[in-house]
Amino acid sequence: MSEKQILTVENIRTTFSVHKRTLEAVRGVDIHVDEGEFFAVVGESGSGKSVLMKSIMGILPDNAKVTADKMEFAGKDLMSLSSEERRRLRGQEIAMIFQDPMTALNPVKKIGAHLTEVIRRYRKVSKAEAYRLAVEALAKVGIPSPESRMEQYPHEFSGGMRQRVMIAMALSCSPKLLIADEPTTALDVTIQAQILELLKELQERENMSVVLITHDLGVVASTCSRIAVMYCGMIMENGLAREIFYHPQHPYTRALLRAVPKPVTGEKERLEAIPGAAPSLLALPQGCPFQDRCQFACAKCKGELPPVHRYSDTQSARCVFTGEELDRLAKEKKGGNA
Amino acid sequence: MQMEKKTKKNRQRRMENVIVALKNDKLSIFAIVWLIVLIVIALIAPLLPLDPITTDTTSMLKGISSAHWCGTDELGRDYFARLIYGGRVSLMVGVLAMLASASIGILVGTVAGYCGGIVDSILMRIVDVLHSIPWLILVTVVSLFLKRGIQSIIIVIGLFTWMGTARLTRAETLSIKEREYIQYAKFMGVPMWRIILFHVIPSAFPTIIIVATTSIADAIMTESALSFLGLGIVQPDTSWGSLLQRAQTYLQRSIHMAVLPGILIILTVFSFNKLGNLLRIYVEPRISEGDSE
Amino acid sequence: MAKYIIKRIITAIPLILAISILCFVLMNLAPYDAIDTMIKPGMSDEVVALMRAKYGYDRPAYIQYLSWLNGILHGEFGYSIVTKQSISLDLSTRIVNTIKLILPSYLTAYVLSIVLGLVAGSHKNKWQDKLIDGFASIGIATPTFWVSMLLIYIFGYKLRLLPIIGMHTIGKEGSILDFLQHFVLPYVVLVIAFMPDLIRYVRSSTITQFSEDYVMVQRAFGASRTEIMFKHVCKNVLLPVITKLGMAIPMLITGAIITETIFSWPGIGPYFTTAVNGLDYPVVMAILLLSSGMVIIGNLVADILCCLTDPRIKEMG
Repeated sequence: MSEKQILTVENIRTTFSVHKRTLEAVRGVDIHVDEGEFFAVVGESGSGKSVLMKSIMGILPDNAKVTADKMEFAGKDLMSLSSEERRRLRGQEIAMIFQDPMTALNPVKKIGAHLTEVIRRYRKVSKAEAYRLAVEALAKVGIPSPESRMEQYPHEFSGGMRQRVMIAMALSCSPKLLIADEPTTALDVTIQAQILELLKELQERENMSVVLITHDLGVVASTCSRIAVMYCGMIMENGLAREIFYHPQHPYTRALLRAVPKPVTGEKERLEAIPGAAPSLLALPQGCPFQDRCQFACAKCKGELPPVHRYSDTQSARCVFTGEELDRLAKEKKGGNA
Repeated sequence: MQMEKKTKKNRQRRMENVIVALKNDKLSIFAIVWLIVLIVIALIAPLLPLDPITTDTTSMLKGISSAHWCGTDELGRDYFARLIYGGRVSLMVGVLAMLASASIGILVGTVAGYCGGIVDSILMRIVDVLHSIPWLILVTVVSLFLKRGIQSIIIVIGLFTWMGTARLTRAETLSIKEREYIQYAKFMGVPMWRIILFHVIPSAFPTIIIVATTSIADAIMTESALSFLGLGIVQPDTSWGSLLQRAQTYLQRSIHMAVLPGILIILTVFSFNKLGNLLRIYVEPRISEGDSE
Repeated sequence: MAKYIIKRIITAIPLILAISILCFVLMNLAPYDAIDTMIKPGMSDEVVALMRAKYGYDRPAYIQYLSWLNGILHGEFGYSIVTKQSISLDLSTRIVNTIKLILPSYLTAYVLSIVLGLVAGSHKNKWQDKLIDGFASIGIATPTFWVSMLLIYIFGYKLRLLPIIGMHTIGKEGSILDFLQHFVLPYVVLVIAFMPDLIRYVRSSTITQFSEDYVMVQRAFGASRTEIMFKHVCKNVLLPVITKLGMAIPMLITGAIITETIFSWPGIGPYFTTAVNGLDYPVVMAILLLSSGMVIIGNLVADILCCLTDPRIKEMG
């Protein structure tokens, strides 16, 4: 893995104006993706992870406003590009696949047409050549007898197959970055594994960078090298996969990990759900957004946004307490309850 | 306590949605104002110094003047007064026809939806047959068999416009009857008519209200069309439609006789439709754009 | 798919029969019947009874119904009580005149509405949408006969530009220019009458399509607004709109009754209204039966068109 960053975003903020009220969906996020790496953004529904990536892609509805200190992709400054130039990046250099394959494809267009349309948009090839490339792409994602599939309609495919078609569309122009927005959430568990396998395989083979958006930490464990944990529009913690899984420093990350079902090894542990629900984006609290659900919340959390602690070159978390302090507090609590 | 708080918040949000819609669409505000003005004037008309009946052969077919704000008709009667009294009739016919049509529609819809099976099939076949006849033709034909007048027209419009309400109510009933409290009531042996009257209909009420509002608009249009064809209101009663019909003969000399009732019809029907729209916004909780997750 | 079509045709038949029975019953409830047209004052009761027997009016109801139905299927609709003329003969000329008026106006309204509806839907809440939707909302609330009267006043009386009665000036039946002059006003009225509903339908369909997921997905793959509009949304919007054409078939007969009456256009309209005002039951019933039949056929055609064009339904066989 090279050190070169394919995507660098600093202090991105996205607001929506809805009926004269503003809703902050992304509140000052810094992320970066290295070339050839598999990066994950993890968070609950409403955390802003999807909006974050769509802001970078530039496909939000008209009532959205995106600002950032820096937004660079493959050396290009995204903010200085015209909307036409940005449009031409989509599908060609950055590709995005989505959650619900059922509704993501146009029901009255054939699968072949979906693919050839994207191919001919960015490559000066004849119809016949585009057709051939499309068939190749379908084969690459593991769809059997691709030629016969080209003439079929989306409703003739199963959910997993449709998702593969989307991946084929995304790969057809060899993008540098693939963003996968909850690609497996709407699929059966067995198909989920297949799709993730496919993504991992393709990432290695095509040497592209992948950003996986998900709410499921379990999905992330086997595939990703770096993880960012998002909550209420902010990154709570990020780090290498092993750092996050084995040495989580933020209360939210720790709570998430406790809520992931693990295969039973030795003593049985309780699944701990995080109490309460995420605050509405229209009524965000002052200070740390996690304060209402955090077992360590104190007065310091309610004032300003907590500072970012750096734990290593790769790991940082945004909390008033460091990980060690949290361990100590937890022991005290346990001792007090005993 | 939690439930009450939730429903209160729900209602608040719905009112907010409606108020936002009103602010966005100035015409809606106008529509509501117009309806209020219209209804008030229609109700207090007998108390106002208006005289739609006295004829005056010296000032026939005159245009707008200070003595007659809307001119006079072919018999010298004050047109302003005739317009207002015509509005009373048009409104009344609209509301009563709507009530008739809604009653039949709700009855048929709930029974068909609740009972299902053969009852449902038969009732829906009847709806299909009636829907297959072009409505103007159906209404005209039936009014042939009835004596002309306000009562007949209300009956006719009521009898042949219930189908839409019936279909909607049936759809609502189908989903409502699966709810737990209905199943429980059935299990407890509560008779069907009680369940329908006290449980199904109140739940379906929001949809019914919306349909009812647009029904009034449709009924007013239908009445004016029928009166125009000579099949509706007869003298000495007058409605906007019959005013238009009489205006046909005097088109060349007194265009105001035709223009004014038409404008009133447009304003009223439009306003009722807008009201129906607002009610729909109130009833359906809207997901604001931008809340992508 | 052929199975579906056949099934649909089969379910339509009892509906048509039901309507024919309804018509027959209504006709017999009427206080007058065809025999009354032939009775001269002074005829004795026996002669009347003989006449009834001769024309089969003394047979039991269901036999009368069947022979009436038989006549209908052979194009025999009976005779008008008032004019004593063959209804089928009258109908055939009048239907042609009505179609001459309605076909062009409906098609014009259809095409215009699709364009305006697409524009409105793709610019939701912007000025184009507010203008077009406003026009449609007001249009729905406007009585067509009122518009007719206004146009007659402006173009007929005030400006004296166009004739306001009938389809031809007497003596100029061959002249196309003369026909067009008579045609313009009712044509405009009808186009204005047909548009609002269609515009709202297309607009609402367009808005729904634009909010579908696949539009966002296409944007993510770099499709421009025009591409999305013409290559994707259009097709999805037009499919149900095409099936609406089927529903317009009955309009060819009864879409303009009031307008034709006002302009004295010699179509089904005045024929119907005169018959209604003159209590001419056989004519009224004939039109009732014919138009209902067209509605049923129209629904059938709409369903078949839907089946043929939507790839999803094609599959279901």
